[in-house]
Amino acid sequence: MTDLTNLTIAEALNGLKSKNFSAVELTQAHVQTMEQLRDLNVYVAETPDIAMAAAKESDARYASGDAKILDGIPMGFKDLFCTKGVHSQACSNILKDFKPPYESTITANLRGDGAVMLGKLNMDEFAMGSTTELSCYGTSINPWKGPDGKDRTPGGSSGGSAAAVAARMCLGSLGSETGDSVRQPAAYCGVVGVRPTYGRCSRYGIISFASSLDQAGPMTRSVEDAALMMQSMSGHDPKDTTSVNVDVPDFSAGLGQDIKGMRVGIPSDYILDRTSPEVAAAWESARKMMEDAGATAVEISLPHTKYALPVYFILAPAEASSNLARYDGVKYGARVEGETLEDMYINTRTENFGDEVRARIMIGTYVLSAGYYDAYYRKAQRVRRLLAEDFKAAFEKVDVILGPTTCSPAFPVGAKTFGKNQGENDDPLGLYMEGVLVNPSTIAGLPGISLPTATSAEGLPIGMQLIAPAFDEVTMFKAAQVLEKQANFTAQPDLSSWQKAA
Amino acid sequence: MTDKITQETVEKVANLAKVRVSDDEKDMLITKMNEILNWVGMLDEVNTDDVEPMTSVTDAAAMLRKDEITDGNQVDAVLENAPDKDHGFFLVPKVVE
Repeated sequence: MTDLTNLTIAEALNGLKSKNFSAVELTQAHVQTMEQLRDLNVYVAETPDIAMAAAKESDARYASGDAKILDGIPMGFKDLFCTKGVHSQACSNILKDFKPPYESTITANLRGDGAVMLGKLNMDEFAMGSTTELSCYGTSINPWKGPDGKDRTPGGSSGGSAAAVAARMCLGSLGSETGDSVRQPAAYCGVVGVRPTYGRCSRYGIISFASSLDQAGPMTRSVEDAALMMQSMSGHDPKDTTSVNVDVPDFSAGLGQDIKGMRVGIPSDYILDRTSPEVAAAWESARKMMEDAGATAVEISLPHTKYALPVYFILAPAEASSNLARYDGVKYGARVEGETLEDMYINTRTENFGDEVRARIMIGTYVLSAGYYDAYYRKAQRVRRLLAEDFKAAFEKVDVILGPTTCSPAFPVGAKTFGKNQGENDDPLGLYMEGVLVNPSTIAGLPGISLPTATSAEGLPIGMQLIAPAFDEVTMFKAAQVLEKQANFTAQPDLSSWQKAA
Repeated sequence: MTDKITQETVEKVANLAKVRVSDDEKDMLITKMNEILNWVGMLDEVNTDDVEPMTSVTDAAAMLRKDEITDGNQVDAVLENAPDKDHGFFLVPKVVE
């Protein structure tokens, strides 16, 4: 029998429709893999009972001919998504034991379309981080290993979501991206990760970090699979005032078509000192692959690129300091008693937020405080407009933009910090720089996709990103699938060393 | 560049943010916050005199709906996760003498 955990979503749907295997068998195979690979610390809550019950319902629908578009597909969801009655903690101690009385719109859409929830996935606390090391459950491990044998980071904040897909612990997962939190881990784990246009998918029920930037995104092992998940996830939602009321196109409409005459923008501003030669070479070959497929490469300039991260590290902490004010020990989550109400607030927040979250709340509070609001927050909002205008001008000349996703492949766990340890590896701005190539398009609200196109000399995956104009995911998927085909990335992590008898 | 964050600012900001910063953490936070604020200060070199702040990437006007009740009678669900509750209320330390 085929290895059921090694299928794409599209292949699994075909197998289910043809009755080659059942949804129960498909789910069982994944539950078993989850048990065998627990050392990767990818799932923070496993829900096999919920999964098996859902799989049985899927099988009944296949039997009666009423199957839905994702019926029987086993998925994992980042712990940031509220799932009714099920662990939803944003991997923070302050939401200890929180079980939401409601379901996020996106998980409701996916589950309503037949997706089978396997469990909740590890992440940096409140999505603030780039390695999953800042999770209250400890770091996840990237299933890819270099020749030195050191554990590699899966990236973050959606590191659990990326590693789960790479390690065959689900067929697809949900991540979320406020800066680069879908595309960076996708690149490090050799999977496909998509950021939809801001407003394309509802944010209702996603535990908020920075509301003007947060967007959910699918993570899969093929471009086609990401388009399938997006189809279910997208659409206007009256419960999210920032979800945009536009028609949802058929995201697969451009798949299988050629890209002859497509203009692919190559931003010279994405060549940075910190970009590794291997990544630069992979970018160059990706460009050639697209040219070989009939596209025309066009040099473009995005002159405000270097200001994207400073804009991000003003806006995101500012919005976070406001969003995280709700954690006060009264309504849900942890409480640490105090003599007065204010003591209770302070004790609860001090003991239950991690150091990085607390630091970002402090920075956000400072830049929003009286006397500094215009100098920091307003200034960042103005430069944000200039960044958006850079892209607007570029998209008058090109249809998509091609760049590397990250400056290097995945680094060893613990190699980079946020400046907490004063050790030799300390680079206070090191981890803050992770999103340098992705955050500009995030800030502009544009859709983007990262896919693996090469491996490094050490055998680690290298990811490329394609950025499209707002609400033109159809072109993004079309271009990405051509690049995927040309790159023919077939390498897989060796899971044998992680496997333990279930 | 002059440091913006001093002992006094850290204490003030911590108070606004309702968190406590121990003496050990204070120096670390001062260093970290100053590094970040000095770095983001590079935005000052961008001329934004005629640039409107971008508050939202979507041009759509805020959606309005009728001011009518769409939900209700969810007391149990609302209180379900409360650390302390009684008779349909959240309980907090006494605030009135």
